[in-house]
Amino acid sequence: MGEYDIIVVGAGHAGCEAALASARMGNRTLLFSINLEAIAMMPCNPSIGGTGKGHLVREIDALGGEMGKNIDKTFIQSRMLNTAKGPAVHSLRAQADKHRYHTEMKKTIEMQENLYVKQAEITDLIIEDGCVKGVVTKTHTCYMAKAVVLATGTFLRGKIFIGDSAYSSGPNGLSPSVELAENLEKHGMKLRRFKTGTPARALASTFDYSKMTEQKGDEKIVPFSFMNDSLEKDQISCWLTYTNENTHKVIRDNFHRSALFGGQIEGIGPRYCPSIEDKINRFADKERHQTFIEPEGLDTEEMYIQGMSSSLPEDVQEAFYRTIPGLENIIITRPAYAIEYDCINPLDLKTNLETRYIKNLFCAGQFNGSSGYEEAAAQGLMAGINASLSINGKEPFVLDRSEAYIGVLIDDLVTKGTNEPYRIMTSRAEYRLVLRQDNADLRLTEKSYRLGLADEERYSRYLEKKEKVEKERERMENSYVYPSDANEFLVNLGSSPLKNKVTLAELLKRPEVTYDNLGQIDKDRVPLSSHAINQLEVQIKYEGYINKQLNQIEKFKKLENKPLDESINYEEIEGLRIEAVQKLNQIKPCSVGQASRISGVSPADINVILVYLEKQRRKKQ
Amino acid sequence: MEDTIAAIATAPGEGGIGIIRISGDDSKNILDRIFVPINSSVLENRKMTYGNIVDPSSKSIIDEVLCVYMKSPKTYTMEDVVEINCHGGMVPLRKTLELVLSNGARMAEPGEFTKRAFLNGRLDLSQAEAVIDVIKAKTDRTYDVALNQLEGVFSRHIKEIRKKLVDVLVNLTVNIDYPDEDIEQITYEKLGSDLNDILSNIENLLSSADTGKIIRDGLGIAIIGKPNVGKSSLMNSLLKETRAIVTEIPGTTRDTIEEHISIKGIPVRLTDTAGIRETDDIIEKIGIEKSKESFNQADLVIFILDSSREMEQEDIDIMNLIDPEKTLILLNKIDLVQKIRKEDILAKIGNISIIETSMHNQMGISEIEEKIVNLVYCGKVSQSNNLIVTNVRHKNILERSRNSIKDAINMVNMQEALEFIEIDVNSTYEALGEIIGETVQDDIINEVFARFCLGK
Repeated sequence: MGEYDIIVVGAGHAGCEAALASARMGNRTLLFSINLEAIAMMPCNPSIGGTGKGHLVREIDALGGEMGKNIDKTFIQSRMLNTAKGPAVHSLRAQADKHRYHTEMKKTIEMQENLYVKQAEITDLIIEDGCVKGVVTKTHTCYMAKAVVLATGTFLRGKIFIGDSAYSSGPNGLSPSVELAENLEKHGMKLRRFKTGTPARALASTFDYSKMTEQKGDEKIVPFSFMNDSLEKDQISCWLTYTNENTHKVIRDNFHRSALFGGQIEGIGPRYCPSIEDKINRFADKERHQTFIEPEGLDTEEMYIQGMSSSLPEDVQEAFYRTIPGLENIIITRPAYAIEYDCINPLDLKTNLETRYIKNLFCAGQFNGSSGYEEAAAQGLMAGINASLSINGKEPFVLDRSEAYIGVLIDDLVTKGTNEPYRIMTSRAEYRLVLRQDNADLRLTEKSYRLGLADEERYSRYLEKKEKVEKERERMENSYVYPSDANEFLVNLGSSPLKNKVTLAELLKRPEVTYDNLGQIDKDRVPLSSHAINQLEVQIKYEGYINKQLNQIEKFKKLENKPLDESINYEEIEGLRIEAVQKLNQIKPCSVGQASRISGVSPADINVILVYLEKQRRKKQ
Repeated sequence: MEDTIAAIATAPGEGGIGIIRISGDDSKNILDRIFVPINSSVLENRKMTYGNIVDPSSKSIIDEVLCVYMKSPKTYTMEDVVEINCHGGMVPLRKTLELVLSNGARMAEPGEFTKRAFLNGRLDLSQAEAVIDVIKAKTDRTYDVALNQLEGVFSRHIKEIRKKLVDVLVNLTVNIDYPDEDIEQITYEKLGSDLNDILSNIENLLSSADTGKIIRDGLGIAIIGKPNVGKSSLMNSLLKETRAIVTEIPGTTRDTIEEHISIKGIPVRLTDTAGIRETDDIIEKIGIEKSKESFNQADLVIFILDSSREMEQEDIDIMNLIDPEKTLILLNKIDLVQKIRKEDILAKIGNISIIETSMHNQMGISEIEEKIVNLVYCGKVSQSNNLIVTNVRHKNILERSRNSIKDAINMVNMQEALEFIEIDVNSTYEALGEIIGETVQDDIINEVFARFCLGK
């Protein structure tokens, strides 16, 4: 029933970005969701961003994605984390109004030109000659397309565990997608089981906030989207409280009733998001565990009990939640649960997120073994872009590890693989000082403009900011300050006086000096936006360290820019070790750099590949 | 721009000339920093220049040398190349290489000159396979040998330092990536004292590197043979003290034992490999593998046979591996009834040195010592140059590690942001990992989750 360029299966955070990117790049796009009320649903925590994740959202925004704009419209509290640390790890996080987040995204999708959305369960793919041609719905309706993006989240053969009960279900009481899983296996896709979980929700009116610590939003709100200069909003607070020995006792006494320890769950859960019973089991010495009580939205009384996911039976859940100060009388509206789902091994994907074995079939989000809304959205965006490029006969769009956290995320998944739901962390990025959230626009807008994703307005904002920062930096590097003009100012700051003239830039490098206070002795300034000032300060103050990383990046790029053809049969390269041959033939890296990151490929193997490439090059000549 | 690389290009021997080759854009700059010409002021392209290698920091003269600078592209690698002909034997050669490295060059990877020569078009296509062979052979040998040369104590020190670094890194990572968690906040005070402790550990190692204690130095002699043929007794006799445990139960010497001794002034490091035969088949295989390894790594192998027992299949297996040029066979226990005779062996191998001994009666020990001295003086066995390379490489890594820890401490003193400190601590951690062959990237993240209770 109908022909499309690209079909996206699943309308979670990955699916929405994939569909929007595809449509915005001019493709007739169809987005399916098992239930339209599940579009951009947040089935777990009511927040977007955080360390590493906030960086991803900024990058998604710079690439013309929707997540940043959507959270800016619907947040109810905003905080910049890590401000006590350096600029590379400042991370933005916002509490979302879940319902509004969903309705705003749904509206954006409905309004998007070229984009059609339908409620249906997809049960099969149409595949001809190793190439995907369309999808089949539960009602046996076929939709044809040139490419398909799979973003099934936790729906695929989803199974929920609460205590000793386990039942087939998607997240948040939605129906699971079972037939599709069976058919994907029939098409030769290898699936595996991962697990995640979510804590209970309870009514705000039953909490006693006087026993908790209030956590307010920042006074000065920093927007996620580079399209917003500033935002004003009344913010809602979160609340902090702790477990205690009573809580732990209730849980310990009921370990045997947890699905997690009962052996029913076969899926692998993430270590960074353990259930409360897992925390108490593994960290028996820890006297207390913190929990944030976070609002689910403005139009609901439901609150999210962060850090307390569980697969214990409902009576135990109520009993242990009630041992926590402030939660003595809580009434649970939705119990905590663990959910198990099917996903693929991301080593079966190419760097453009296309599967190796079925052409034009792209995959994104939790289906690829990641975890988190932001990780999903980032992959969705990239899958949407690459599906579009592929059907239009263009080169793939791949970001490398020196260009974006998105590059780190996807390279980790498709090169190293993962044995648990993968979460981004700033420590996964080798070039953290360069990949900051404040410069995501400077890093990526040019690229998204070329892809047709950044509109003219975004592009001109970027150019203006870039030019202003560069001009001001040049001015500061060439304007001298003399001891007679600066010393009074410096001594007042507790900074040592000058003996000779220095440039403004050199002065700004001193820890006590900021762009703001330097204004006292620098009279020739033009007004700059706060974004630009921030950029300028980071660039000048940390120049030495940033240059060190830029040098490393230059070296990194040398191997990254040596392409390896997919058609290479590594068995035919003499001199490679057997383990290397197996891994290289499995992963089929697209560059020598990627090959060097595969476990089991040694520096000697890389040298052999380099010699082989040179040999091939000369043979061609 | 490619890195500038350096290595010893000749097999060094006492008294001979050793050549250090440098290749890359920075070659000439590096030479300018450490070379003071005599009787001429400039280095001309392709002209031998006479002068001194001088340590720029201490101004002391390291060696009297002849240098030649060859401008690209007409060189072996088609890059700028410098060759330094050192005259004064091993120590100045090593010191000069150290200077070259601390002044901007990087230690060449195994086969890297040849690789560059090929990639830059100097070698033609028909030589590609040969290039791969060189890279492969050299890489496998160098890294295996480098790891095997590590003194047990040294690698234990490195591992201890790395453990301390993991503690620091895990704390930094968790503080950076989990700002909202209920975890102990890192303080500059604690960080400073931890890093200073690590710095002094590294400095201790560096000072022992200068006195040559890190890497086994000297002629490598491996003692091999079946269990209970008298390997440990020989070792003890040569050591003249009882270190290895000697019993009549086969297989007492479980692991490799190493000792440093001096035989008539020749520095020797003596290795006693574990007994080759064990009851289990798998271990037996390891035994054969071990003796193969010994043959590959040792400069001289002493193979002991128990002449009071019949020759067994394993003895023959080992004998088939023997390189007669660098092997000495001992027929031990001649005080007992002899079942193996000199002639039996000569019939099998031919031209090989055989000595009849009785460890029990201290017979033949001085003959062994004389034989070793002879082999060295007539040049039949010599110390492999892998040792020097490993020494220099490790010292260079230790220096790099010390510098990055110092940078980190500096950042701590200025109370700079944690992520900058993390970069320097991490590069120390990775550098030290190179020495012991551990470069796994994800171990910090794994440790973070193992040690801290973190949740979303």
